[in-house]
Order: sequence, then C-alpha cells, then structure tokens
Amino acid sequence: MRARSVLTSAAAALAFATLASLAASAIAATDAPDPAADAKAFKKFFTDKFPKVKVEDFVNGPYSMNEDMHKQWEEKEQFPPYEFALEAGKEMFSKPFKNGKTYADCFANGGIGIRQNYPYFDEKEGKVVTLELALNRCREANGEQPYSYVKDEMASLTAYMAFTSRGKPMDIKIPSDPRALAAYENGKRYFYTRRGQLNFSCATCHVQSPGERIRAEILAPAYGILNAMPIYRSEWNGMGTISRRFITCNSQTRAVPLEPQSDEYRDVEYFLSYVANGLPISGPGARP
Amino acid sequence: MASSIRVRATANGDLTDVQALIQHPMDSGFVKDAQGQLIPPHFIQQLTFEHNGKTVFLADWGPAVSKDPYVKFSFKGGAKGDDLKISWVDNKGATDTTTAKIG
Repeated sequence: MRARSVLTSAAAALAFATLASLAASAIAATDAPDPAADAKAFKKFFTDKFPKVKVEDFVNGPYSMNEDMHKQWEEKEQFPPYEFALEAGKEMFSKPFKNGKTYADCFANGGIGIRQNYPYFDEKEGKVVTLELALNRCREANGEQPYSYVKDEMASLTAYMAFTSRGKPMDIKIPSDPRALAAYENGKRYFYTRRGQLNFSCATCHVQSPGERIRAEILAPAYGILNAMPIYRSEWNGMGTISRRFITCNSQTRAVPLEPQSDEYRDVEYFLSYVANGLPISGPGARP
Repeated sequence: MASSIRVRATANGDLTDVQALIQHPMDSGFVKDAQGQLIPPHFIQQLTFEHNGKTVFLADWGPAVSKDPYVKFSFKGGAKGDDLKISWVDNKGATDTTTAKIG
C-alpha cells in the first residue's frame, strides 16, 4: 500500500517535469516563428487524423475524405467541366499582346510548369506575389488592361498554367528576410483568427472539421487545399481563382470579404502554400 | 472558333458509351443581370446524336437545363471507327454540329 503511493507520487512528479519542459518548449516555439516546424506539424496533424488517406490524395480536397465522392469524381475527371476554360486559357496564353510579346516573356521557363513556385516572396517589393498578380502585372507592363482577379479570363489562364505543372511538388521558399517571415506569420494569424457573425476561422472548417458535412458539402482539408486551384465549382457554374475562394469563404461565415489580392489574402496564400510544400499540383480542379 | 461540343464515344462490347459536354449559356429568361435587366432566354431546344444517319438520341430541352450541359448515354449497334454526328439548335436559331469517331 505504502510502496504504491510512493510510486504514484514519483510518477506524478515525473509527469509534472515532462509537462513543464513541454510548456517551456511551447513558449520557445511561439517566441521564434519556425515555418519548417509548422509545416511538419501541419502535415502530421492531417496524416494522424486521416491515417487511411494517401498523402498525395489530400490535394483532391473533399474527394480524399469520402469514398463514394472519390468514385464519382474519378468518373467526372474523364470528362472534366474545366475543359473549356483550359482550352481558352491555352489559347489566351499563346496569343501575343498588341506589342507582340506574350505571357511567356514575363515568366521563367516561358510560364510552363512553374505553378508550384507561386506565391513567392518578392524581396524588392517586400511583399508576397501571387500568380494572378504576376499575370496582371505582365498585362499592364505590356499595355493591356488587367483582368478581374476572381474568375473568367484569369481563372482560364491559371488553369492552363496549373495544368502544365500538374504533379510537380509545391515548392514555396521563405527567404531569410524578416519581412518574408512576417508575411508568413501574418498569413498564419489570418488563417487561425475567428471572424464574422458565425465566429469562424479558416481553421474551424478546414483543420477542425475536414470530412464533415456542411449542409450538402464535404469540407476539404487545409493541407494542400490550394494545390487544386483554380477550380470549376458547380455551385458557381464556372471557374474561380484562389481569391474567389477566399472571398466566398469569408462571406459564407458572414465576415466582410477583403479585396482580391489584398495583403492578408496574399499572406494567407503564402502560408497555406508553404505548409503544403511537397504535395503535387493538381489544378485545375472540379468541386461540387 | 473551337467547337462548342466535346464528345467521347467508346465501343464497349455491343454497347457504345457516349459522353458529351456542350458549351452554351442556357439562359432561362428569368435571371437579371447586375443592372437589374432581364437576361433574355437563350437555351438549346433540340440536341441530336446520329449514328449512320439514324438518330440514336434526341433531347427536347428547355430553360431548366443548366449552363454548359453534360450528357451521358449508351446505345446498341455502334462499332469502333463509326462516325457519330452531334448537333444542337437553340431558341435563337443558332446551331452547331460536330462529328466524332467512336473509339
């Protein structure tokens, strides 16, 4: 009897000591942002939560969460609804501007197979630059009007660029620039901050509840969620870019959406893409 | 301009599986635009699939069919290499036709 109580108190002391050291390391972790550790923990969270899902299948969003949907989608992929946009994008991409130059002149490798490098941190500008932003800057530099950031032409162009990059692993770098780290941290903060009348954060749906139903929809996991962009959504009856997805997410939780390509949206795209490093590009995607 | 019709037809034993995707606004006539003006009705009224001159699938469509409609069906009698002719007519009299090979 006595021996046992000594034993339990010893165990309790040990447990306390472990807890204290855990707490200390947690404090250290919050003091110094460590994106690499974040990415590792992010991946581990999803692979632990969904041990049956193959890692590279997470990019297929809701389809990775539900077997029936996965089958339906495989059938749909033989004849995907984004085909028209893809073809339009290919045509637009190769058609020269009025000054004779093309999109290929604005991008590395002629714009082919580079989707996995976006968004990147521009050290000259001190901000995150997304593919959509780079496309519109390319247009403006060549004397053309910029496109809407949310759909139509922009989504067709990014659909084509994503298609040429399919299967390539997401490869986002955070340069050793305090502003890059700050942008990453800002994106992370935006992702985990609750907002709107429903008091949801991005993480409420896409970290806490992937695979759960929200009305008729199945929520996609945040891990690799941008790899499938842009997407054809049956609900939208058309294509949409990352900006369109963010805006709709905000308004569905009854928060005030930001302007497309505002700093916060760029930063949250940077954060989400960074933690999905290594997952293949699967865009353009089709979603219900 | 590229064709508004995308077709894939595959022979599968004595059945031929056909899938088609058609690009069309399919405006019902009941929707208003951003200025509050009604968007006039504009939809496909008839869709025809012909195999060796014989109609194998005929659809009479109305405003309730969604934008960029998708059709899937199968029929008996098709063989690999045969031609399948697809055409549609909309309520404004516009039309488009394409011919696909059964694969």
